[in-house]
Amino acid sequence: MQEVLGKPEGFVDNFVRKPGDYPKVTHYCPGCGHGRVHKLIAEAMADLEISDKTVLISPVGCTVFAYYYFDCGNIQSAHGRAPAVGTGVGRSNPGSITISYQGDGDLGAIGTAEIIHAANRGENMTVIFVNNGIYGMTGGQMAPTTLEGQVTTTTPTGRDIDEAGHPMRMSEMIATLEAPVFVERTAVTDTKNIMKTRKAIRKALKSQKDGYGFSFVEILSSCPIGWKMKPVAANQRITDEMVPYFPLKNFKDEIENRSPRPTKTVDPDPNKIIEVLGVDKDERLFKKDQSFIDNFKDQHVRIAGFGGQGVLLAGTTLGYLGMETGLNTTWLPSYGPEMRGGTANCHIVLSNKEVGSPLVEKASTLIAMNQPSLNEFGVTVKPGGLIVINSSTVEGKYTERDDVTCLYIPMNEIAESLGVMQAANMAALTAYLAYSKAFDVDMLTSLIKANFKKKTLIEKNVAVIQKTYEYVKENYLN
Amino acid sequence: MKREFIKGNEAIAKASLLAGCTHYFGYPITPSSEIIHAVANLYPKVGADFVQAESEIAAINMCYGASCAGRRVMTASSSPGISLKQEGVSYMASAELPCVIIDIMRAGPGLGNIWPEQSDYTQVVKGGGHGSYKCPVLAPNSPQEMCDFTIDAFELADKYRTPVYVLSDAYTGQVMEPVEFPSEVKKVKKNDWAIYGDKESKHNLVTSIQMNTTEMEKVNIVLDNKYKEIMEKEVRYSEYMMDDAEMVIVSYGIASRLSRSAIDELRSKGIKVGLFRPISLFPYPTKKLAALADDKVKLFVSVELSNGQMLEDVKIAVNGKKPVEYYGRMGGAIPTHDELVEVLDGFYKKHLG
Ligand SMILES: Cc1ncc(C[n+]2csc(CCOP(=O)(O)OP(=O)(O)O)c2C)c(N)n1
Ligand code: SF4
Repeated sequence: MQEVLGKPEGFVDNFVRKPGDYPKVTHYCPGCGHGRVHKLIAEAMADLEISDKTVLISPVGCTVFAYYYFDCGNIQSAHGRAPAVGTGVGRSNPGSITISYQGDGDLGAIGTAEIIHAANRGENMTVIFVNNGIYGMTGGQMAPTTLEGQVTTTTPTGRDIDEAGHPMRMSEMIATLEAPVFVERTAVTDTKNIMKTRKAIRKALKSQKDGYGFSFVEILSSCPIGWKMKPVAANQRITDEMVPYFPLKNFKDEIENRSPRPTKTVDPDPNKIIEVLGVDKDERLFKKDQSFIDNFKDQHVRIAGFGGQGVLLAGTTLGYLGMETGLNTTWLPSYGPEMRGGTANCHIVLSNKEVGSPLVEKASTLIAMNQPSLNEFGVTVKPGGLIVINSSTVEGKYTERDDVTCLYIPMNEIAESLGVMQAANMAALTAYLAYSKAFDVDMLTSLIKANFKKKTLIEKNVAVIQKTYEYVKENYLN
Repeated sequence: MKREFIKGNEAIAKASLLAGCTHYFGYPITPSSEIIHAVANLYPKVGADFVQAESEIAAINMCYGASCAGRRVMTASSSPGISLKQEGVSYMASAELPCVIIDIMRAGPGLGNIWPEQSDYTQVVKGGGHGSYKCPVLAPNSPQEMCDFTIDAFELADKYRTPVYVLSDAYTGQVMEPVEFPSEVKKVKKNDWAIYGDKESKHNLVTSIQMNTTEMEKVNIVLDNKYKEIMEKEVRYSEYMMDDAEMVIVSYGIASRLSRSAIDELRSKGIKVGLFRPISLFPYPTKKLAALADDKVKLFVSVELSNGQMLEDVKIAVNGKKPVEYYGRMGGAIPTHDELVEVLDGFYKKHLG
């Protein structure tokens, strides 16, 4: 336990959160560097007058109980994740100060991803990285910063760099990133270095207070217990062994060269949400027609073709028709790797009853925009069902089935002749509607007029619908 | 438009804003990615905050941070990503932090594939991470419910100070159906426990560590009492054709819709079969199922897209009073309609024929 002499204001008066009988001393071992670092942070918080708006995050490690001491908002978090937690809390409290206080196992091993990415995003936070070259809390195991040859409980014969890799220099890594404004390594060994540490911590916190974003202070610190050394010898070891490998210096100071970033408040206006989501209007394209709904015969439609033929859009268009007329409607697409072969298909169910399965295993109608689709799904059509075939891409007649009706529609030709190759899918839908009479073809026209944005496109699509309708009437109706 | 023909996943993203959510943190994974796409599009437009996190682990810990600050916060993922989040969820449960987690289940184990399964039941419903905790779990089976339950989940999360899951699947995420969105945004109150980065809240502490065993046990007891209250008050289920049902299909999410279609056909053959659909998976509607087992129901069948992860809960509820059968497919395979009808018909004949 360590007594804190001349307790700064950034600490609470008595460590009331600390269990046990000694509310005036910390839980750290004698000679532990954490106590000194704590004191410097507390002083800086008090002097910069930020303790009211500071949130300190202590992940797992010997400083897990940092909240015993600091007179600010405190969060204890999972091992290594403080920079992610800091990202969440910092963005939630714009204008506040976030301190992530991490050990070397925490920051350099389990939490490597979180620290690198928080730094890279330039989150508004100050990271205090206490590098004591060992896992203090859990019994003196090797840390990513353990020196070559150093004996720990998991490197009983000393760290072998061929096996365990070289000690990691985190400040150097962080300094390579664009976003951080201030990166410095110091030590809490003697008065001179403690003063430098004091300055670095202040600068880091001040830069955050002023809105510059991410700052990082690495502090070489002793762990007499983990190192199995007396406090004085441990302190000397930092100077003799750690500093040569982990040079004490500033790696980055961009504060002068950058301007503060504006505080981003997160306070969405409910009216804006309603407007952006468009949930304030309640328009129906068609007047509700109960007898239409009551008399509607269930439709199980499968639409299939090459990607780019507008297969999915034809499906959603049908779905919209269903919705606008007050039917229950489901649309399920093929997706992900299924689409990579360049084919697409979707299932549409339209019903006046609640729809169970959204899958169309047995189609009442198949719209086959190409040959492979006809081959694959032709067999799934119910006896008495309808197959709408794109005769522009499918050669000859479909002879596999004699219990279904086939419409052969030159969809590409119709669309092309009107200058909208992409509208072959509208020709397909029109043919289906005109023949099946599931919906009036006029309804499709109204929907296109309401949903399409570009006027020229509307006109061309409407022309495709009309031409297809004429084609079906001429060849298949009456 | 109030009514919109929309994918389940997109409905979730919209609903989150209507629920008063201000922060979303997530990592992309099929088949949940429409959520993060819609969030990336919508959140900045309304001044809400979105971060594409470096991993699901980071995402859930960002949620932890935002929740500490009293914000409504959401993350979404799919099965492997949910596995990664579990440590964070355990921390949140212990620290009593509200958060909404969406799981659009895919097939596993391992990388599996992107087709629907319901094999996260155990990891989501039973706790999943370490420690004695549970999270309320709502299981929608349509885009409308994706919207409604997402909003509900935020309310539950705040009410009970707990992470809440919306557990869905690849098909319910991908399917488009008409959805009616509410046209108001939920108001979010300040929490006296949260840390707002100001003088009033600076003495607040969020932690999940208690070194003293009796103190930690107290935390556990508080949680346990909370779960008991949730079991008392928050059970949700729906029933279809249950009035005279002798055979009851117990099924949730997408499987309940496949079952519903099968039931319609079995009914047309004169078989008295109904659907019991648990909507809250924790709290599971155990009492109601037990009452059905005491009453006229003669046979239960758990239909699910897993190796019978929910079956255990059905058996606990039925408690040996009536036979319980199971049918499921795995690997992203979906039973065909004819297959399901035949299997259920077979169970009926075996026990009641
Ligand atoms: C997920 C997880 N893995 C492992 C641990 C155990 N653990 C706690 S602290 C720690 C290492 C701490 O070392 P360091 O970050 O260097 O901090 P120090 O204790 O030296 O201050 C480990 C491995 C844990 N709490 N959580
Ligand atoms: S184990 Fe090491 S780091 Fe931990 S308190 Fe003791 S001296 Fe400090």
